[in-house]
Amino acid sequence: MGKISSVSEIRKHFPALEQQVNGKRLVYLDNGATAHKPQSVIDLINQMNSRTNGNIHRAVHELSAQTTALYESAREDIQKYLNAAHPQEIIFTSGTTASINLVAYSFASRFLNKGDAIIITEAEHHSNIVPWQMACEMRGAELRVLPVDDRGNWILESLDKLLDNSVKLVAVSQISNVLGIINPIEDVISKAHSLGVPVLIDGAQGVVHTKVDLQKLDCDFYAFSGHKLYGPTGIGVLYGKKELLDSMPPWMGGGDMVDSVTFRKTTYAPLPLKFEAGTPNFIGAAALGEAIRFMNQIDLDAVSIYEKEIVAFLKEELYKIEGVKVYGVSDKKIPLFSFTVEGAYPSDIAMIMDKLGIALRSGLMCAEPLMQRFGAESMLRASFGMYNTMEEAQIFLEGLKRALKMLR
Amino acid sequence: MTIKEVEQEIVEEFSIFTEWMDKYEYLIELGKSLPIIGDSAKQEGNLIKGCQSRVWLNAQMSDNKLFFTADSDAIITKGIISLLVRVYSGRTPKEILEADIEFIEKIGLQDNLSPTRANGLLSMIRQIKYYAAAYS
Repeated sequence: MGKISSVSEIRKHFPALEQQVNGKRLVYLDNGATAHKPQSVIDLINQMNSRTNGNIHRAVHELSAQTTALYESAREDIQKYLNAAHPQEIIFTSGTTASINLVAYSFASRFLNKGDAIIITEAEHHSNIVPWQMACEMRGAELRVLPVDDRGNWILESLDKLLDNSVKLVAVSQISNVLGIINPIEDVISKAHSLGVPVLIDGAQGVVHTKVDLQKLDCDFYAFSGHKLYGPTGIGVLYGKKELLDSMPPWMGGGDMVDSVTFRKTTYAPLPLKFEAGTPNFIGAAALGEAIRFMNQIDLDAVSIYEKEIVAFLKEELYKIEGVKVYGVSDKKIPLFSFTVEGAYPSDIAMIMDKLGIALRSGLMCAEPLMQRFGAESMLRASFGMYNTMEEAQIFLEGLKRALKMLR
Repeated sequence: MTIKEVEQEIVEEFSIFTEWMDKYEYLIELGKSLPIIGDSAKQEGNLIKGCQSRVWLNAQMSDNKLFFTADSDAIITKGIISLLVRVYSGRTPKEILEADIEFIEKIGLQDNLSPTRANGLLSMIRQIKYYAAAYS
């Protein structure tokens, strides 16, 4: 069977796109925050909530066996989708934030000491800043920040100055949630690895818009969320290289993560369960597996070509509007545009466009340091998913022009 | 006029608008005509921070009445603020504390007072009540 390659075919799988909002046809352009789910994912969630519900890994009864199978096959489908070497390298978490916090706590407690350093970039989401600040504070280590230039691109030359023997980890985003630039993570990984420094990639946006091959990429950790990848909320993944995860202590204790427990000494279960204490969100995990199977049916090359057309169109059209400033200028850009407009405040524009049925993001984007870097109090963001059409890009522009006419 | 009467007046003004865009046009107009407060009053202590926009609220007591001036980065927010100032300014602390305002809901702007909008308006009303309590 051929893969789904046209946007009109893709859209048919997403019931949420058919609704009206404020009496207008919904134009949903806040996919950078969360995406809608295809019918197959919704069906699986409903089926599990209404029937196939039994706690995983714990019982001999049929329902438990079925949920365990769904949970573990999701892990394998994710492993194959990302081309990780082993299924045990896929740890289920509640999302990107939890994945990064897991590493920040567990890796740091084993490998980060006083006088050591961690490198992040200026263009990170708060979830890839604050956990490292906490870890550095806890261990007496230093947080170093790789700057971006005025176009929002990493200043890679600075990495050579920041990277030395005291650095224990580099944690960077594949694609910034504000700038939408596909960052040169390969360069950072090879530079860091030349000094033996492991690299964590925040793939929250990256996994949605690029084909990720973890073995080829060779990063040491990769974190992402289910709900931006057309899956459910409350589930995400931490990928980690087996040797590294094996060498790290668990970060939460509880059921399912133990080998044997006595009051004197507890031994831990092997990967991946060592990091999955307590009853996990097994319905979420199974549904993320379903989202991955949906992605496998999509012709991602065709999606990528269509996305490039939307990027080119918006780049040109946004610049035609007087006073528009786009943040994140690069040839390697996903259809995610953060911008400001002279003489009109972002939340005002977003409120007016909301009444036109157009969903945008406005505000600080969970990236205050980056906002300060660009001297912006607030920005407006339009972020496209694989189901958004060129027609919607046009509706967005018309709506924007109408809002600006009212405000300026 | 009592607080209730001013509220009624605002509700009547808005009753002519059937379209959202017209309501917003009017709020923008109101926002633009709200006297801008001086920079001296736009200090940290008067700032109510929201993720979407910032609101400044300044209160002054005179003749046992509280007088408010306010500002915001966002013009629609400022328009709503101007309505709040119109309702609450020049009242005694007792009147403010006893008032249970309804006009925002009646003109369909209650969404803007939900915490999710994070535009500082909800905090602004709390702050107005707080000033009134402090002076009563």
